[in-house]
Amino acid sequence: MNTAAAIDPRHAAGQRLRERMFRAATFVAALLVLILLGGVALSLLHGAWPALAHFRLHFLTSEIWNPVTEKFGALAAVYGTVITSLIALVIAIPVSFGIAIFLTELAPAWLKRPVGIAIELLAAVPSIIFGIWGLFVLAPILQRHVQPWLIDVIGPLPIIGRLFQGPPFGIGILTAGIVLAIMVVPFISAVTRDVFETVPDVLKESGYGLGATTWEVIWQVVVPYSRTGMIGGIMLGLGRALGETMAVTFVIGNAHRIGSSLLAPGTTISAAIANEFTEAVGDLYTSSLVALGALLFLITFSVIAAARFMLLRLERRALSSV
Amino acid sequence: MSRRFLRKVINVVALALSGLATAIGLFFLGAILWTLFSRGLAGMSVMLFTAMTPPPGGSGGLLNAIYGSVVMTVIGILLGGPVGMLAGTYLAEYGRTARISSVIRFVNDVLLSAPSIIVGLFVYELLVIRMGHFSAIAGAVALAIIALPVTVRTTEDMLNLVPQGMKDASTAMGAYPWRTITSVVYPAARSGIVTGLLLAVARISGETAPLLFTALNNQFWSTDLNAPMANLPVVIFQFALSPYPNWQQLAWSGALLITLSILILSITARFVVARLNPGGQR
Repeated sequence: MNTAAAIDPRHAAGQRLRERMFRAATFVAALLVLILLGGVALSLLHGAWPALAHFRLHFLTSEIWNPVTEKFGALAAVYGTVITSLIALVIAIPVSFGIAIFLTELAPAWLKRPVGIAIELLAAVPSIIFGIWGLFVLAPILQRHVQPWLIDVIGPLPIIGRLFQGPPFGIGILTAGIVLAIMVVPFISAVTRDVFETVPDVLKESGYGLGATTWEVIWQVVVPYSRTGMIGGIMLGLGRALGETMAVTFVIGNAHRIGSSLLAPGTTISAAIANEFTEAVGDLYTSSLVALGALLFLITFSVIAAARFMLLRLERRALSSV
Repeated sequence: MSRRFLRKVINVVALALSGLATAIGLFFLGAILWTLFSRGLAGMSVMLFTAMTPPPGGSGGLLNAIYGSVVMTVIGILLGGPVGMLAGTYLAEYGRTARISSVIRFVNDVLLSAPSIIVGLFVYELLVIRMGHFSAIAGAVALAIIALPVTVRTTEDMLNLVPQGMKDASTAMGAYPWRTITSVVYPAARSGIVTGLLLAVARISGETAPLLFTALNNQFWSTDLNAPMANLPVVIFQFALSPYPNWQQLAWSGALLITLSILILSITARFVVARLNPGGQR
């Protein structure tokens, strides 16, 4: 920049104008993020209104989903969504915890990066790939080898046996839960690893100095210190599992019913929308599907918001301790 | 003595289990890749890239689907990328401490993890109903909405890495903030921003759910942005669930193609970061 230009008043005015325009452009773009979320909420509510006005609370309490008689209730889909996500968490939490420990405390330096990247790549695989893999590879294996065993061994037991009865379909609630578990492991383990890495070395060294084993340091120093962050990561994974569509659509079986057995086919909110939306005939049917979407939005929004809030609090604590 | 022994045993068992957990995670990545290669490679041929999607039983390729995926991904990133970069610039520079910025950051994080099928429903309500038909442009808008929060987040993070001293030096030369941002901050953060864009492309190119009721699908060659357009994810979805062996084979080949492209993109993005930040941890 030459100095003559810098003090030229016309040049300065041009600079100020461009400054205002650039600043306004960035601000509008940032506002767009807010508008987008508001727009999503409003449009879903608008689309869901006919169904909500027609069925009122019955939409939430009925498990009947019958396009022929035009009776629609969300309960079976909500049940499927919640149960598959819970199965996913039960499997994914210990596995992710183990991976995070391995990556932060156990792996030699040369192994950390490649293993970490490989786990992260699992998160980059599109969900439809998990879907076809689950349907054509995992489901037959489960049907032939795992589910018969569950039915024979756990099926006759009191109480929990009811979860594992009926014929081995291969596809169903349990299979969907397992596929979801594989999908959320990279998310939960990435957050958990990052949280573990924020634990000050001094704390860990004091543990070792007292003669603690590696596991005792992890369980009694690292875990208590990173509890909030871990819960945040788990809830982020839960948000992911609740809204996951394609992978579940392939392996859930798409039946709007609530069965006591985890081996039976079921459905989830997102699978119902993906399967039925383009084929839905009639305004009430379409509107009911959008209402399902609105419900899903509400559920995932609360979970994700809670997760982000926890991680945010953790970030503040980390900043204030520096 | 026995207590000490017990503690050691617990330690070894716990650490072995954590190693096992890692092995399980890696095993599934390997299993999925192995399935894709073993089933997808059989269908890899020149025809995959030169012929249209066939009718059941006929022979064909995926040309229209590949073209549609590329077009919608490119338009999606062209729409979502610049807006995301500007919004990220606001969060990192002009509005760094503004109260509204923390709200925007929070909302952006929520959008980042929001279910993609919801975005599909939103664009359906917003565009498809108004236009009266499914279209490629609606699909591209849905992808743009998914790319936006990714770009906002990475841009803000990368701009924050630019040392304050560089900005101060530019300001001391008499430059206005826009000049500092465009001539000093952007070039300094270039590889980081490119990484963010690559990750956004990787994210949207495999998305299926938001395309199901926006772009739909098209069995024929179509370059009309105002009409339904074929795309790889939806073709994979429909063909995989069909009873026809030739369609299923194409679905596996398409799956291999899309996964390889995304993994290559993600790995490239990581190398760009590594070059940007050679001393860094990740």
